[in-house]
Order: sequence, then structure tokens, then C-alpha cells
Amino acid sequence: MITAAASMSALGLGLGLLLGAAARKFHVKTPPVVDEMERILPGTNCGQCGYPGCRGAAEAIAEGGAPVTLCPPGGRDVALKLAEIVGVDCSGGPEISGMTDIEPQVAFIFEDHCTGCTKCFKRCPTDAIVGAAKQIHTVIWDACTGCDACVQVCPTEAIVLRSKPRTLQSWYWDKPDQPLAALRTGAA
Amino acid sequence: MQEFFMILLGTALVNNVVLVKFLGLCPFMGVSRRVDAAIGMGLATTFVLTLASMASWVVETAILVPLGLGFLRILSFILVIAAIVQFTETVMRKLAPGLYRALGIYLPLITTNCAVLGVALLNIQEAHDFAQSLLYGFGSALGFTTVLVLFAGMRERLAQLSVPAPFSGPPIAFISAGLLSMAFMGFAGLTPN
Repeated sequence: MITAAASMSALGLGLGLLLGAAARKFHVKTPPVVDEMERILPGTNCGQCGYPGCRGAAEAIAEGGAPVTLCPPGGRDVALKLAEIVGVDCSGGPEISGMTDIEPQVAFIFEDHCTGCTKCFKRCPTDAIVGAAKQIHTVIWDACTGCDACVQVCPTEAIVLRSKPRTLQSWYWDKPDQPLAALRTGAA
Repeated sequence: MQEFFMILLGTALVNNVVLVKFLGLCPFMGVSRRVDAAIGMGLATTFVLTLASMASWVVETAILVPLGLGFLRILSFILVIAAIVQFTETVMRKLAPGLYRALGIYLPLITTNCAVLGVALLNIQEAHDFAQSLLYGFGSALGFTTVLVLFAGMRERLAQLSVPAPFSGPPIAFISAGLLSMAFMGFAGLTPN
């Protein structure tokens, strides 16, 4: 009994040390900028950008093959932070102002349609939905990244994506609804 | 020399690990849609299976037999196999990034390939020595790769044919796998045992 436990522990320890040493010796240096961008991206690997996961998207941006505006759930906020790291100047550029139309979204559950089937709850990559079987579910907005996964599985269509409530981090100036020239003549 | 050749031939064709022993059926059905994926899976499995056969033989003779711990065989072999797969992944990522990217998702899947554990256990059951274990593992992996690539080729052609609706998809794949298995029974006449 003791020999069995001891030998298995020793085997496990030996293999663990071997793997640890290998991980250190054969460590692959990834560009730090990729790691940094991966931390900024939502990390849910939802695939809406068309790359295999957030890591893939970060690598694509680093190689210059993808725009910083590729992440729909991250929206304007993430795009600006990414632009800061990559050194792309897009303050007010066409690609960023295009994103003003798509604000960061969060899921919203119409509770009188919810049957408590737990499908959305199992599908959610960030555990942002709370609830239990036959109980009405609800969404924690701070954790939700608006990845659209729950909307697709809901059998009663009780989930919609809504604009995230504005906070200091996500607030921005609206685009002027009149052309600048018209504003000037109006003022004069 | 002739004995080694017989082991290779016997494991790769006559006692094929997939079609005769029915081990490793889930990658056989799962990763046989496209030939290039099948080749990738086959190469990765060959690498891991050969290494795992050697390592499990070492664990058996160095630890389990002297301490009389035969009942821990499956547990310790699984541990060794999982560690080897992880180790292979780490080393390959550093030394052969191209191969790492090509095999990518298939490498971790091998941990749960029952052919790897099955061959390690069969080595012990048939009381092989180190060199025999190595060849047995390598031969089985060659057989696995051959069959996987053959089957992937068949499925690529099947995908273009007009299969009757009730049989299309997995049913026709299972039927072709059965026919392929019967074809491999023909190799049974190749060796006396």
C-alpha cells in the first residue's frame, strides 16, 4: 500500500519535473505584444473575427494581417486599446468611426419568455448567465461580452443583444448629425 | 533480423491494430474525412506510440515488476502516455514549429487514443523485450497510419458519389470500414501464427 502510493507519487513527481524542465528549456518566446493583445481581447474564443480564438486574432494583428477593429464583442473600447499597442493611429479614422454604430452589446433575457431550460447557461463562455433548471435566468452584464452564443441556442427566443449601458469607459462623443459647415453657418 | 521483420509485418498488416484488434477506432472514424488530416494524425500517432511503447516497457520492468505493483499498470501507463504527449508537444513547438502547426489539434487527442494504451498493455502481455516492444509499437503505428490514410482516401471518394439517402454520411462510412476490415483478414494467411 505504502510502496504503491510512494512509487506512483515518485513517478508523477518525476514526470512532472521532466515536463516542467522541458517547458522551461524549450520555451518558445512569443512576441510580448501578442500576449498583451490577448489580454485585452475578451478571451471567449467566440470566433466572430474569423480567426481560431483570441490568441489567433492577436497573432494576426501582430503580423499586420488583420485590422484592430476585428473584434465585434470588444467593440470600440477594445479597438482603441489595441490601436494604442500596435501603434496604429486611428483616433477618429474611418475604421473606428465605423464601429460607433456597433456599440458593445450585452445579452438581455426577457424573463417572462424564459422557461429555465439552462441551454444558454451551458453555452456561455464567460459564465455570465446565472440560473438553474426551471428557474428564470439572468445575465451579469459586467461578465457578458456579447458574443451572441446564447441568443442562438435559446429555444424560446427570449434573449436579445442590447447596447451596454454607458459608463465612463465606454462613453464617447456622438458623431455630429449635421455637416460641420452647416454647424458653422448656424453659429455665425 | 527475420524475427524483427516478422514483428513489423505482423503488427502492421496481419494483426492490424485498427481493423483486426479494433483499437483506436475513434480517430479512425473521426479524423478520416480528409487525406492530409489523416496523414498528420498518423505521423503524430506513430511518434507517440513508438515512444510510449518504450517508456511503458521501462516503467514495467524498472518499477512495477520489482515492487510487485502489477495492479497499477493501467494507471501508471496512462500517466506515462499523457506525459509523453505533453513532452512531444513542448519539444515539437520549439524544434519543429511547422510540424507543430500542422499537427496542432491532433497531438493532444492522442492521449485518449486507446491504441496507445492497448499496444503498451499487449507488449507486457506477450512478454516482449525492449527491442521487440519498440518494433511492436512502431509496427502497430505504421498499420494505424496505413489504414487511416486508406480509409480517408475511400471516404473522400465516397463523399463525391451519390449514396442512397438513408446510407449517406456515417452509415456508409461504417459499412466501408467493415469491408476494409474483411479485406485485411486476407493478410491472415501471410504468417503461420
